[in-house]
Amino acid sequence: MAYSDKVIDHYNNPRNVGALPKEDPNVGTGLVGAPECGDVMKLQIKVNQETEVIEEAKFKTFGCGSAIASSSLATEWVKGKTVAEALAIKNTDIVKELSLPPVKIHCSVLAEDAIKAAVTDWKKKHEK
Amino acid sequence: MVKLPIYMDNHATTPLDPRVLEAMMPYLTNKFGNAASRNHQYGWEAEEAVEEARKQIAALIGADPREIVITSGATESDNLAVKGVAYMYREKGDHIITAVTEHKAILDTCKHLEKDGFRVTFLPVNNKGLVDLDDLKNAITDKTVLVSIMTANNEVGVIQDVKEIGRIARERGVLFHTDAVQAAGKVPFDVNAMNIDIASLSAHKMYGPKGVGALYVRRRNPRVLLTPIIDGGGHERGMRSGTLNVPGIVGFGKAAELARTDFAKESAEMFRLREKLRTTFERELDEIYINGDLEKRLPGNLNMSFAYVEGESLLMGINDIAVSSGSACTSASLEPSYVLKALGVGEDLAHTSIRFGVGRFNTEEEVDYVAQRVIETVRRLRELSPLYEMAKEGIDLKSVQWAAES
Repeated sequence: MAYSDKVIDHYNNPRNVGALPKEDPNVGTGLVGAPECGDVMKLQIKVNQETEVIEEAKFKTFGCGSAIASSSLATEWVKGKTVAEALAIKNTDIVKELSLPPVKIHCSVLAEDAIKAAVTDWKKKHEK
Repeated sequence: MVKLPIYMDNHATTPLDPRVLEAMMPYLTNKFGNAASRNHQYGWEAEEAVEEARKQIAALIGADPREIVITSGATESDNLAVKGVAYMYREKGDHIITAVTEHKAILDTCKHLEKDGFRVTFLPVNNKGLVDLDDLKNAITDKTVLVSIMTANNEVGVIQDVKEIGRIARERGVLFHTDAVQAAGKVPFDVNAMNIDIASLSAHKMYGPKGVGALYVRRRNPRVLLTPIIDGGGHERGMRSGTLNVPGIVGFGKAAELARTDFAKESAEMFRLREKLRTTFERELDEIYINGDLEKRLPGNLNMSFAYVEGESLLMGINDIAVSSGSACTSASLEPSYVLKALGVGEDLAHTSIRFGVGRFNTEEEVDYVAQRVIETVRRLRELSPLYEMAKEGIDLKSVQWAAES
């Protein structure tokens, strides 16, 4: 299978690898996928409470090169965006940017889900 | 410096040995005759070359040259063996026994026969990949006409107790076929010592050319008859019609001869290199698992799961090395390896498996390079793996409620 240059670049130089403190009230953590399916993404965001701007994003991914690239790209894109803007990122944008083939579309879906899950987790911390 | 890329996928195919090419060359150029042409020099020399090759192939497995039927490759050999026996002995019985870890050429052929009214028992294997001989005994009925169990598995390299399987089958008057594609030339293989009635062979797995294989068909005690699956001019004693692939057969013969004469030295060397690879991994990495029995295994095979690192991403990181993975992402079906599944390897670990196939032309330098590249890449990807992080935090991954993708 041939990978696009962008996938290879993200795979070789993944952006924003790491972890943020899960317990921090300003941090939202999304964990999606399952080991049995061959893909697990953990995406974390740190949100400014005043402006709702995502100031930091980190990820770790178990999965194929396209899954790693999709989540790496997702962290790049959410950084500097407001939570509302981040939620507007669609998997199809990721597919387009990384030129993912049809069999790898699920990687982009997972990355979109990871963003949503991280935002949901962050929102939960501020309910009530 | 080692020359890149490195080929270490010798279960998929093997490079053509230059000595084999040399033997083939005349038959690709001047000696182009049809071995079935009985009335001129061109035909005679082609026929002579084919008969010489037949002797060489027979000698590798302890057979008589007249017991070798040339085919286009192992898939055809497997089809001819299973369908040929099933249709020939249909009056006698309609039951076939095989195992779940067989090659698709056997499994799909058996499924085809099921649709045609035959009954097939797919024996399970234990977590080492071995068929239980009591299961086999219990599965045989008076309607059983064929037992087909491979000698060595193409993914995990596990070697079945073929001699004993053959003995059980013969005791019960059932024919025994074995797919010996991975085993012949790599481990001791003798059709008489091992009670084999029919055996599939392939040239390109033993440094010969692609597009040529053979089926060993026993001539006496018992005499095996097969219904042909290809009809035509009655070549190969009527069992397989079609003009013979003379250069391919000559190459196959030479490859078989080299495999036979270099056998002891070569398998010892493959074993040494394979063990070096394995022990280096085990010294340098934690949480790695060997798939399949380590003792009853092809000398060049290492199938290993590198927990928390997805197979395709690992292959991507070692892209100057040719190996293969049981990960779903690398297969056409998007399902992880059915062989690993049959061994009870969880899907999570199946996704992290890599098959290394050490062969005749691999050097120690290459093995060292491969080991280092794999170790570095596994370490790098584990730093990237949320599963490795969770495992290190002491979280039991089995207890996590995974939110599957929508």
